[in-house]
Amino acid sequence: MSDAAMKELPKSDYDDKFGSQEQQETIERITKSEYKWGWTTDIEMETAPKGLNEEIIHFISQKKNEPAFMLEWRLKAFRHWQKMEEPRWPNVQYNNIDYQNAYYYAAPKKQKQLKSLDEVDPKLRETFDKLGISITEQKRLTGVAVDAVMDSVSVATTFKAELAKHGIIFCSFSEAVQNHPELVKKYIGSVVPYTDNFYAALNSAVFSDGSFCYIPKGVRCPMELSTYFRINAANTGQFERTLIVAEEGAYVSYLEGCTAPMRDENQLHAAVVEIVAHKGAEVKYSTVQNWYPGDAEGKGGIYNFVTKRGICLDDNAKISWTQVETGSAVTWKYPSVILKGDNTVGEFYSVALTNNFQQADTGTKMIHLGKNTRSTIISKGISAGKSQNSYRGLVRVGKNAENARNFSQCDSLLIGDRCGAHTFPYLEVHNKSAKIEHEATTSKVGEDQIFYCNQRGISTEDAIGIIVNGYCKEVFKELPMEFAVEAQKLLAISLEGSVG
Amino acid sequence: MPQRAILDHEFIDWTKSSFQLLENGLNGSARLPFHGVRKAAVAQFAKLGLPTTRDEEWKYTNVLPIFKNQFALANQEPVVAKNAIDAFGFEGLRDKMIVLVNGRFSKELSTLAIDDSTVKVGSLSDAIARGEKAVQEHLSRYADFNSEPFVALNTAFTLDGTFIHIPDDISMPHPIHLCHIVVAEDAAAAIASPRTLMVVGKNSQVHLIESYHTLEESAHLTNAVTEVVLEQGATVEHIKMQLESKSAYHIAASTVHQAEKSCFSSVNIDLGGAIVRNNLNVVLNGENAESHLYGFFRTTGSQLIDNHTFIDHAVPNCESNELYKGILDDSSKGVFNGKVLVRQDAQKTNAFQESKCLLLTDDAVMYAKPQLEIFADDVKCSHGATVGQLDEDAQFYLRSRGIGEEKANSILRHAFASDIFERIEVAEVRDMLESLVFEHFND
Repeated sequence: MSDAAMKELPKSDYDDKFGSQEQQETIERITKSEYKWGWTTDIEMETAPKGLNEEIIHFISQKKNEPAFMLEWRLKAFRHWQKMEEPRWPNVQYNNIDYQNAYYYAAPKKQKQLKSLDEVDPKLRETFDKLGISITEQKRLTGVAVDAVMDSVSVATTFKAELAKHGIIFCSFSEAVQNHPELVKKYIGSVVPYTDNFYAALNSAVFSDGSFCYIPKGVRCPMELSTYFRINAANTGQFERTLIVAEEGAYVSYLEGCTAPMRDENQLHAAVVEIVAHKGAEVKYSTVQNWYPGDAEGKGGIYNFVTKRGICLDDNAKISWTQVETGSAVTWKYPSVILKGDNTVGEFYSVALTNNFQQADTGTKMIHLGKNTRSTIISKGISAGKSQNSYRGLVRVGKNAENARNFSQCDSLLIGDRCGAHTFPYLEVHNKSAKIEHEATTSKVGEDQIFYCNQRGISTEDAIGIIVNGYCKEVFKELPMEFAVEAQKLLAISLEGSVG
Repeated sequence: MPQRAILDHEFIDWTKSSFQLLENGLNGSARLPFHGVRKAAVAQFAKLGLPTTRDEEWKYTNVLPIFKNQFALANQEPVVAKNAIDAFGFEGLRDKMIVLVNGRFSKELSTLAIDDSTVKVGSLSDAIARGEKAVQEHLSRYADFNSEPFVALNTAFTLDGTFIHIPDDISMPHPIHLCHIVVAEDAAAAIASPRTLMVVGKNSQVHLIESYHTLEESAHLTNAVTEVVLEQGATVEHIKMQLESKSAYHIAASTVHQAEKSCFSSVNIDLGGAIVRNNLNVVLNGENAESHLYGFFRTTGSQLIDNHTFIDHAVPNCESNELYKGILDDSSKGVFNGKVLVRQDAQKTNAFQESKCLLLTDDAVMYAKPQLEIFADDVKCSHGATVGQLDEDAQFYLRSRGIGEEKANSILRHAFASDIFERIEVAEVRDMLESLVFEHFND
């Protein structure tokens, strides 16, 4: 009824309302820029047969030489997964995924046991060099320890020795299973149980690698730890698992980056990240997600269905998530914090940018259980082209969470008139002393702001860049410096051609 | 959940047999075209079934406890003494009342007399029987029984209600007060399905007050549907007050359809009821239309009050404003779900929404979900939601001036609620509500 009544605006009217021809052209140019990480690396791969069944899980577990408890846990997860239904409640649309038509294990073929980084396959190193992640010593200059994961298998970890001096364990998940099975057994699934959701169950069953990080009591990690994920092989799903444990009084800042080649078909990425913060510990987790978003017609791209959750187990712990989401065809991700201890703090800073036909349904959950718990949510959504961008967040205050405090702000910026911005905040308050505030605004890039810049000789394209970066400043300032620079550049590239 | 299935099936069977009974009692009017709509609605309800908390729209409101009661269609012609109604009238508006008993228009009890013969206020069933043009054009066109189970249930059992038609260019000199009363006579709980259709012509103006009362303390279900149509330039104030007993169940859907330059303002007050659900849907379907939605609820005991609003900005240049407030005591529950949809091309939309709630105890629970869905870029939309306690600074200010804690809190709650009451344009209603709610605070 109402659709029929909606009128098409006449073209001239349209120009008046949506800026000049020139402005629209600039927008078009900016939004149509290409994905710059779209190449593949020709490396010999070892894959398991296509399909998903108990045999494959046995195969993966055997391949990784895992102890019995891991295999058992995987099988339990798989059996549970078979009983689950794929969730359809997110505000995104995508074709059905054929879980039997994918490889669940793809690893760069190892020639021999590696003794040092110099022995890493030069092609692999080239790949990561191209990405700007030099696994080698270059990174010493920036002081970032990197664990690089390609098609679900961790290929190299830098700075291991330096970290070991402090008692910090930073290695691939498989290594952790081999060398620290007691820690893995204690913490795996303790924050995201395999029963949690469809994709977490799938990940628990078939995850092939990931990163593991353990900071002992009272240690302040001397450098930023970083993981770089890359999907390379066709038809593979990437299922990595990250587990970070910070003991009493420990501190770590952890970075994660992701890219993938350009392919016509969609690829699934279903990761799980678990963070455990003990008494007084602080974990800062930053992500710059730039999986291949599909082409301008919406073909191809990564389905990014990720479960990320941290728990502040004891008093005074703090977990902070910062994410810059510019890639993926479909994103479905809610980094959450369970504030269990008293005086614990949870933070969530997010910039989610969608362009062309990208869809993102992302946000956070803050579960207040302890007394005097505090959480902050700052979410900045930017939609351009024909994309859909949703914020979905939950703030729950438990019955015993005296004096819980939450502040949420989710702003949306629309660039162009064919995109959508949506907010779905859920507030559930069970305690009278709680103070919960939620604010949201939606607007477009102000014409007066563009005019102001134009007047001062700044082109419309640059003006949009400035305005958008200013709009995201609150989030960018939470990112570690190198990442902040990268994020700003990424934003500029993703927006290229979309100015209005 | 097997328990769910049994209840659901039992109730669907009940609706089918009750519908049969109703059909048998219709005599001639079963031949009217509207009966076809009823039939379609009862079939649709059987298909939809009762909503559960697994439905996103009913996530926090479990209606199943309602249907553990044995229901009977409310007796359509109970005897009600004229003086029993007096308590429900407003000072100064007692001669402007339309009384509906168990959803049925009561000629004896209604006091409203209209001089203007072009204005029609009266029984909906008469209007259906007369084949009134506005009824044929608008009835059941906006309240969607295809997706809303309770609208389907109401439509299936719509026997009577109120029909109001105000032609073009008429400014009603006084408000119209629809007073809904439920009287349960049998042991079984009564279901009343009042239906209201109001069509307001071009540039006309009216204030409509709907109040819901229980005559005797009893468990009963009021399942009301109201459709309001505003033609070009019409102005409507709609005040809905739900003052039923604390053991009553109340489910209401109001659907508003606005044409160009029309202005709709709604004030929704809930004080009674055990489980209450209000759905208010507004479609802004003509440019330069304006909507203002205000709501207030106050819960005690184990009441549950759920307000769902949905504003659909279908065309450019419209404005909507929304403010809902609630005060929750004891182990009561409150739900607010406000959705604003701005469709593609609905440029230059301004939409503002706010929800504020006070929790007085740790057992009270508030669920808020302010939701924006925006498909146009040149818009200004914002929403805010807060849940908390009274302002400590304000409390301190009052107490440092020698006002006791209880009194200070009472003053602040009153101020909190006044924000909504101030919006009521009909002075008689505002005064009565203020004193009613203030009484509440002094408890």
